[in-house]
Parts: sequence; structure tokens; C-alpha cells
Amino acid sequence: MPEVDQEVVLSRSFEKVNAILQKHQHNPSNLVGILQEVQEEYRYLPEEILTYIATALGVSPAYVYGVATFYAQFSLKPKGKYIIRVCDGTACHVKGSMGVLKAVREYLGLKEGEDTTPDLLFTVETVACIGACALAPAMMVNEEVYGLLDEEKVKTILERYEEGRE
Amino acid sequence: MFFTDRSSLEAKVRELKETLPCKRVLVCGGLGCLAKGSQKVFDRFKECLEREKIATQAKHLTEERHYAVKTGCIGLCEAGPLVMIEPQGILYLRVQPEDVEEIVEETLKKGKIVDRLVYQEEQDGRKVLWPLMKDVPFYRKQVKLVLRNCGSIDPESLEEYLARDGYLGLAKVLTEMIPDTVIGEITKSGLRGRGGGGFPTGRKWQFARVVKADRKYIICNGDEGDPGAFMDRSVMEGDPHSVIEGMAIAGYAIGAQEGYIYVRAEYPLAVKRLKKAIQDARSAGLLGENILGTSFSFDIVIREGAGAFVCGEETALIASIEGKRGMPNPRPPYPANRGLWGKPTVINNVETLANVPVIILRGADWFRSFGTLTSPGTKTFALAGKVKNTGLVEIPMGITIRELVFEIGGGIQNDRAFKAVQVGGPSGGCLTESHLDLPIDYDSLCGAGAIMGSGGLIVLDEDTCIVEVARFFMSFTQNESCGKCVPCREGTKHMLDILGRIVAGKSTVQETELLQETAFVVKDASLCGLGKTAPNPVLTTLRYFRDEYMDHVLHHVCPAHVCQAMKEYWIDPEKCRSCGKCARVCPVSCISGRPKVPYLIDQEKCIKCGSCFEACPFDAIVVSWRRKNDE
Ligand SMILES: Cc1cc2nc3c(=O)[nH]c(=O)nc-3n(C[C@H](O)[C@H](O)[C@H](O)COP(=O)(O)O)c2cc1C
Ligand code: FES
Repeated sequence: MPEVDQEVVLSRSFEKVNAILQKHQHNPSNLVGILQEVQEEYRYLPEEILTYIATALGVSPAYVYGVATFYAQFSLKPKGKYIIRVCDGTACHVKGSMGVLKAVREYLGLKEGEDTTPDLLFTVETVACIGACALAPAMMVNEEVYGLLDEEKVKTILERYEEGRE
Repeated sequence: MFFTDRSSLEAKVRELKETLPCKRVLVCGGLGCLAKGSQKVFDRFKECLEREKIATQAKHLTEERHYAVKTGCIGLCEAGPLVMIEPQGILYLRVQPEDVEEIVEETLKKGKIVDRLVYQEEQDGRKVLWPLMKDVPFYRKQVKLVLRNCGSIDPESLEEYLARDGYLGLAKVLTEMIPDTVIGEITKSGLRGRGGGGFPTGRKWQFARVVKADRKYIICNGDEGDPGAFMDRSVMEGDPHSVIEGMAIAGYAIGAQEGYIYVRAEYPLAVKRLKKAIQDARSAGLLGENILGTSFSFDIVIREGAGAFVCGEETALIASIEGKRGMPNPRPPYPANRGLWGKPTVINNVETLANVPVIILRGADWFRSFGTLTSPGTKTFALAGKVKNTGLVEIPMGITIRELVFEIGGGIQNDRAFKAVQVGGPSGGCLTESHLDLPIDYDSLCGAGAIMGSGGLIVLDEDTCIVEVARFFMSFTQNESCGKCVPCREGTKHMLDILGRIVAGKSTVQETELLQETAFVVKDASLCGLGKTAPNPVLTTLRYFRDEYMDHVLHHVCPAHVCQAMKEYWIDPEKCRSCGKCARVCPVSCISGRPKVPYLIDQEKCIKCGSCFEACPFDAIVVSWRRKNDE
């Protein structure tokens, strides 16, 4: 992925943010929805935008920041293009989800404490149950669900994404 | 299609029943089957049927034609992709796109069964085939009230829902029942909340009904936070109109005009289906202003969660809908008095609401004919873990855990031994072999220290370490604790620390006692249900599997061979050639040796990472699990 110029992103984003705010009638009770849409647009919540939203909604930046940090879905750091959600729900856990996570991290060459690849292609997260318990262990790549995983399968799946074939 | 009154709706329902095709090919579009490639199977069917001119895209087909439908979850996810052939009710398993041609030729054209695709079992050395869904052991004991349409209609079609008497329940309450009679009927049915607590739904509605307010709200709780459960998801994806109809009836009963559905962030398909269903209902005059020409108006908004387990708790859910941090508040005031925006609010679970339309339509007495005296009706479960038939099931209350695990579930995978079932997720508990004959109902499960929960049921076999499972749940709740109250925030952390030391073989008996004591404090002193129930997995496992805890603590043994710290790496002196590769890769430098002398691993320092095992070119590294008499 090409380097993105921070300035360009921001000038563009305020326009989009304005449209999102408009759609939600600048209503602070829609804050969660607003943040969801902003994150969908930029794959994370840039700090400048949080402050901007606070001003636009007439609430304190701390309030917006508080909401943004409460929910697991929101990220204040840039995320990859493909978000890999390895399920660590009960069914997947007892069927070896930790092995799947290890395989994913190894494939991507992530070091401890890292969860996004430097080229911003992949981000790895764990979630508790994606509702595919019957296919445990399972994971999601963006909205696509993959079940009955093992190390081999994980590799094939990620290879396909890397080559941009999926 | 727009209905201005009850009779126009009823006329349409009659018409649809007569004209909708009865010859159908149902392809499961539930998550499990989709992930196994059912979309390709569906596309292939459509292609074939069109080519053969035995189906077209148009509805209202003649008798001779088949119609392919992509449905919600059919249930037996294990054996997907699933295909049902109607009207015979034939169930085909593991259908691949290549099989479609044969099914069309044989079954659709000639009425013959394709043997290799049907459910089969070995009995006395003979193969027995069960081609019809109703005979398959997985389905035999199930009763489908909530899942009445799930897996047998196209969830994106309002017409198919109508053809199943859809919205007739709503029509009935609007035209012939006053709100008090509606509440009376629900109370009489004995319906209890399916979200976990089991609070009587009729009573909850009554509380909100009697409060005077200019606005009231109905909230459908589709947060489904239990990590190991997908029933609510299946209902929202497979039969979204049943939830909407249930909400409208509830709205009429308490006097609410607005409803919210709070759906988990991880369920994008459910959101999509619900949105479409709401849109369709609105344009048919089944939501919105003056529904069916009456003075009742009701509309529904969808709110997507953002990934916080605690938001399943009612007061936290309300805070989240209001756009705040999803933290719980002390009750009272209960939401029925002061809920969303401070107005009286009823919060019900997806499954609870999906029960409502059938109860209204068929009556409380009919509903009571299923289940037990104190827990009438049915319960859906997400059957998963080490059981053969994983999938979505709905059983009448009161059948035993044994029936669920061994008859419906088909027993344990790979013929391992049964060890426990975990019911109720992070708020529930582990039950053992001695509970297999316990009936599944609210009171029996509670008595055994578990809870009904929302319906996650995970089967554990002898290869699962109970202590590790307890640690898993504790790490879940600790992670999800919102931090508002001290007992939950600090207590879960301490409990997790102790459990971490137990599985690492570094704990003591005194510490295990402390774990139990802390568990009681967290249970008693926490603010909301999350903390109050978080200790349940620990308390039940301490109660029923104390020996296994003691194996870890006293003997540093993990009988299930799960806890890595209870593994030992040795160097076989016969095989060791003293090459030193192991010592070089060891991250903690605990391997020592000299040329010509076999190397040695310092057991005290070893972190069981397995690096040496992989590095050794001579297979000289031996892994063994500690046993009780090793010291
Ligand atoms: C931590 C916590 C999580 C909960 N999660 C859910 C959930 O995911 N779905 C649900 O329906 N109820 C959940 N509940 C129960 C709800 O608070 C509430 O009791 C329920 O939605 C009421 O509906 P019912 O009476 O129809 O069961 C949860 C409760 C707690 C304390
Ligand atoms: S536990 Fe992994 S999908 Fe449910």
C-alpha cells in the first residue's frame, strides 16, 4: 500500500466527517454510530477527528475520547486493510484457537506487542465468538468467515489475501 | 402490498398459502453452511433449475416447478452445506456443487433419493439411512417454536413470512385484545426471559405498562455476548420478521411507539437482514403510523454494538444506545420505570420476543403444553465443543442434558470420554457426568450452580482441562469488566492471577482457598450481573472438579495434557550427539553440555517453549507429561 499523506487524509476526512455528522443530525446520542462510520471510512479514529467531532457535537473531547476507548471495536491506531479476527470464544478455545492465532501471527511475522503489519495490509485481533461455533476454530477476514481451521488452511487463506486474489 | 386493515392482511395470507410453491429446494444460508460453500451450491441449483425449466425466478409457480430458496440456519451445521427438498422433507448433507446435477436428475425429476448424501448410522454392523429430516436423530427430539421458520423460509422475503401466518399475531392483538389482555395472555403462558435471567416476561411488561409516561420504549437485546453462542444470531438472520412482530406486540402491550434493536458488531448479516425486514414491514403498513388502520403506531431503529460484553446488561445497554460509555447503573430504578432517556423501557431478548407471536396466535395453553410447569416452552441452544453434531437446536424444556448431548448431539467426537458441559457461558458453570440426568430448565440448572444463560452449551471431553477452561472464562470477564465497581474490577484480576499461577504449576493450596474466598466476594459485592456471575465458572469447577485443581497445585500434573507448564522436555542420552544445537536455540539458556557428553535441560529454568525439540536433528529431545507419582 502506498504511503498516505497525513495532511491529505485529514482535509479529505473533515468533509466526510461533516457528512457523517449531518446524517446523524449532530446528535450526541448517535456518537457510537458516528464513530463507527468514521472508523469505517478511515479504518481508525484519528485524534484530530475526535476533537473535531467533540466540538461539532458540543461535548467535551474527553467525553468523545471516553466513548472511543470504551468499545473494543474502536482503534486509535491505524489498522490494516484486512482485519483478521481470530475467534477465541469458548467453542473455538477448546478446539485450539490459540494455535490458529499463533499460525496467523507467525505467517505475518508479527513480533510480540504488534498486531498490524508494517505495510498496513493486515491487523490481527481476537474476538469472543463470531457465531460460527459449529465450525470451530474459526476466524473472520473482514466480513468473510472461515471455519474448521488448521495451520495449513490459515496459510492458504492468508496467501490468497496477500496476492490480492480475494 | 400495503395492508390497510386486518382483513386485507388475512386475505393476502390465504392467497400466499395457496400460491407459494410447495416444491422447493432449501439451501442453508446460515453462517456455518456459507463458510462451507453453500452459496456455490445455491447458485448451481438456480442454474440447473432454470436450465431444466423446472423453476424460474418468478414466484407463484405452478405445481410442476421447483423453487430454490436460500434459508437461515437449518441446524446441523456440522454436516453442512445442508439442502432440504420439499415437500418430501428430504435432508441432504455435505452437498457440494458437483452433487447438484444428480439431485436434480434423481430427486427432483424421478423422486428418488440420493443415498450417499443422506444421514447414515452404523447399527449392528449395518448401515441405516435416514433420508427424512424428521427421522434424523439430531432432529427427532427437537420442537421448533422459536425456530419455526428458521431454515424453512427465505428470511429476506416478507411474503414467505406472511405465508406462515406472519403478522397475524399482531393483527389479532390490535383488533381484538386490549393491552391488559395481551399481558394477561403472556403472563398465563409462563414465558420467561430467554436472555439468561428467566424473569417472567408478562410481569416485566406489566411493570412498564402501569407507569404513566409520554413515551415508552421496547428494546430487543441482540447483543449475544456469550462467547460460544449463536442462537440469537440465527433467529435474527433466519427469521427477522418474527422478532419485529414480537416487538410490535410488546410495544402495543406496554404503550410504546418506538423500539430499538441492539445488535452485536460482529453480526453484519443480521443487521442487513433486519434492516431489510423493517423496511419491508414499513412499506407493507405493518410498521409505522396507524398499523392496519388502527390507532397504534410503532417503528424500530437498529443500533449496532461496538464490541463490549457488558453492553448486554440492561442498564449498560441503555447507556450505549444513548451514545455513552456502556457502563451499568445500579438498579433500582429498573428500566421498566426509568430506562432509555429516563422513560419506561422493556428490554427483552431476541428469543423471548420471537416466542411472542406464536403465543398470541395459538394461546397460552398451547404454549404450556411444551416444557415444564415452571419453565414452559422451549429453549434454543448452540451446541458446540467436542460433540459430534454441532449446530443449532431447539428443545422442549425439561429434557435431560444426556438427551441433548448424546441423542441430539450424537455423543462425543472421536469417541473420547465425556467430561463436562459448560452451560451459560462466562456467567454459567460446568456440570459433570453426575448431572447428565438433570432436566434442562431454569430452576434445575440454577440449583446445580450453573444458569440457563442465553443458550451456549459447550461440551467438554477428557482432553479439555477444566482449570484452563475456568481460566479462559476468567480472562474473558476480567477483560470485559468495565471497571466501574471495585469488586469486579479488582476481584476478577486477582482471580485470574491465581488461576494463571495454578495452570503454570506455581500455586499453593492456600491460594486456591483464597481464590474461592475472592470468588464469593466478587459474587456478593459487584454492581451488575457481569461481576455477580463472573465467579460461577470458577465456583462450579472448584465444586465439581477440585481434584483436578489439586493435581495442578500439588502434583504439577495436568491430567488432560493441556497446560504447557506441566510438560517436561528431556534429552535422551542415547540419542544425543552433543551437537549443541538445542543449547543455541534455547531462549532462556537452560541447556548445558560439553562435546562428547550428552546435554542436559535444567527443569527449573525450562519454559517449555519447544524450541529445542524442533531444533534437534537427532530426535533426541523427548516430551513427556508429568504424572502424579513423578516428583
Ligand atoms: C454481563 C451481562 C451480559 C448480558 N448479555 C446478554 C445478551 O447478550 N443477550 C441478552 O438477551 N441478555 C443479556 N443479558 C441479560 C440482560 O441484562 C437482560 O436481562 C435480558 O436482555 C432481558 O431479556 P429477557 O427478560 O427477555 O431475558 C446480560 C446480562 C449481563 C449481566
Ligand atoms: S466460539 Fe468461535 S465462533 Fe463461537
